[in-house]
Amino acid sequence: MLSTISNRTWVLLLALVLVFTLVACGGETNEPAPAADTPAEPAATADTPADTPAEPAAPVSAGLTNDAAVVASEFFSQEQYDRSMRQMTLNPEGPEGEPWVQYLEAEFVDTSAYAKEGPYTFCFSNAGVNNPWRVVGWTTMQAEVDLHPEITELIHVDAQGNDEKQISDIADLVASGNCDVLIVSPNTTAALTPAVEQACEVLPVIVFDRGVFTECPVSFVQPIGGYAFGETGARYIIDNCGDDCNVLALRILPGVDVLEERWASAKIAFEGAGSNINVIGVEFGDGDNAKVKSIVNDYLDRFGRIDAVWMDAGATAVAALEAFEDAGQPYPIIVGEDQQDFLVKWQENDLSGISPTFPTFQWRTPIIAALRIMNGEEVPAVWRLPQPTITNENLDQYIQPNMPPLHYAMCGCEGMPDFPTRWGGQ
Amino acid sequence: MAELTHSNEKNTLWTRFVAGLRSIPPIYIIVIILLIAIGTQNPAFLEPAGFLNLLRRSAPLMILAAGQLFVIVTGGFDLSVGSIMSLTVIGAALLINNDPANTWWVILVLLGIGVTVGLLNGLIVSYLNVPSLIVTLGMLLTLRGAGLYWTGGAPRGYLTDNFRIFGRGWIEPFPLVDRLPYAVAVLIIVSGIAIYIFHRTNLGRQLLAIGDNARAARLAGVPVERMRIVAFIISAVMAVIAGILQGGFGGVNPEAGRGFELQAIAATVLGGAVLLGGRGSVATAIAGALALEALFTLLNLLGLPKPLRDAVQGFIIIGAVAYAAYRSGRSR
Repeated sequence: MLSTISNRTWVLLLALVLVFTLVACGGETNEPAPAADTPAEPAATADTPADTPAEPAAPVSAGLTNDAAVVASEFFSQEQYDRSMRQMTLNPEGPEGEPWVQYLEAEFVDTSAYAKEGPYTFCFSNAGVNNPWRVVGWTTMQAEVDLHPEITELIHVDAQGNDEKQISDIADLVASGNCDVLIVSPNTTAALTPAVEQACEVLPVIVFDRGVFTECPVSFVQPIGGYAFGETGARYIIDNCGDDCNVLALRILPGVDVLEERWASAKIAFEGAGSNINVIGVEFGDGDNAKVKSIVNDYLDRFGRIDAVWMDAGATAVAALEAFEDAGQPYPIIVGEDQQDFLVKWQENDLSGISPTFPTFQWRTPIIAALRIMNGEEVPAVWRLPQPTITNENLDQYIQPNMPPLHYAMCGCEGMPDFPTRWGGQ
Repeated sequence: MAELTHSNEKNTLWTRFVAGLRSIPPIYIIVIILLIAIGTQNPAFLEPAGFLNLLRRSAPLMILAAGQLFVIVTGGFDLSVGSIMSLTVIGAALLINNDPANTWWVILVLLGIGVTVGLLNGLIVSYLNVPSLIVTLGMLLTLRGAGLYWTGGAPRGYLTDNFRIFGRGWIEPFPLVDRLPYAVAVLIIVSGIAIYIFHRTNLGRQLLAIGDNARAARLAGVPVERMRIVAFIISAVMAVIAGILQGGFGGVNPEAGRGFELQAIAATVLGGAVLLGGRGSVATAIAGALALEALFTLLNLLGLPKPLRDAVQGFIIIGAVAYAAYRSGRSR
């Protein structure tokens, strides 16, 4: 009898522990949500394919009134939204065909105080190389360095997605005294701000990709941003879907600023679109192919037909399309990104699609900015890069059959030395 | 005795009916209730095609749970299975290198990797006396790191169609149901073999004996170390098979198996296995996995807000396990 009771108690206790672990793991995200303070002008922005955490079940809701459709207010800035919408309509200045040195609405700052004779040692504190987007970007940055013989060394320190490590990385780089310029791609915005401020006191700093809450860096490099990304995809659906259009919106996960911004602007667009746009669901797919496929599958079962799929990042676009194939349904209008696997599928099946991009060519710009600073030339204080879109019309020029499936077409790296082998191509 | 025979026939029938009902493992009843609930939300799931889709989606977890059970009944844990799944997907993409002709030897190599990982787990647990929780947790981290190192952070290569067919394709035409997902066929074959090994051979009984009382089992002549190693190898090989199905279903994803290890353990417990070993069955563990997947699907269909869904999920799992424990307590 005693043994029976204790056995049962054990099972229950362990089950409890197990269940809590399950639930706890479900809430785990790799990407720490940035602080919700009012952002300074260089707003925090994460890179496109956010790290994909595991989550046991994907939320479901129908329509824009549901939970997954909510944009937390701390992630929305009307001013930033208006700026993005305005900049989408502007023509960038700078050399034609080289978007990585183009700029929008730039205010130039004098850097003559930093002028210095070469050769140079540049230092780079990198948030991480933990997803395909960052791998392509980092490869491109190294290739840019190789273009300039006056840069003798690029000292690269990988923070592996860890704020604490990056804070000490920056302190070490500054203390070493070896760096002529410090380039920072911050892991999270608020946490890295003090470290960047301290570095600013010692040497010229360039921040890119994601932002910090300080204007002390000489230049901050970033494309137009998440609002433009979200709007571009949503607008294409609204303009092309016709009457009675069932739209499924797929997000990665809540709480990451750039992803929230993408959805926020898409939501505004869909809400203002009129009655033909029927958003049947907003879902979190965790960037997991299998989960996205299951979600789309369930929606096809439930609604019979989906006419358009909006995505806040394209990494799982192919999986979403496969769900239509498996169900024997016609392809939807699809919003993806500039990854080769999606572009190839788009072309092969003659889809109606669009790819807003968070271009990887932005990894070239900090090196170029750093060289200009060393030469004492003016640079934009906020170097706002253009954010090209891949459409049905220009799709062909971005298809690169010799590149790996997760290569990002918008790397601006085609003319660089050792292309394509350096980027894993053949 | 005499008194019993006096009771009227109806009563006996009723008693026997109740007793019969009692002898059905509760997990099957849970599965049926969940399926009916899903059916009320979306009748499409109760049609052959819809149900087969649910099975196809659940196949990786069901196979994983079957493998996990072999380790659980010996009183161990295998936390490395999720990482093995991920490594299978990454490795397949790299090794196949876009050439369909490579698929077959690559599958053999992957199964070989599974055997090796299971062997290592088992050897360390058996001969270095490190608790399996620690060994397989270490293996989880090692394999995750190995996968990251192997790919340099970004997976390369596609999975060819002839590799993906196991997770994605259909055998058609197929009698009665038009088309049968390969994943379901694999599920039936693999779980059939696992059930046979566990319930019809001496191996299952020996594993149960180890979990119940390793010392007594050893004295009775059970080769405890060797049996433990076999259990870990079975679990790891099942993880490779689950990885092949998952990769086939979803395509290349460096985190294809993340989180599966805990779900597999939860499935075995739902199926009535005792976490300290000595009690459990492959068939009910597989049903436990189906119940979990059905529960996820049901909560999705209900469209509950995310926090509520996590809570409901937790409550249902606790409730089911508590009921199973209560039942097994009474039947002793």
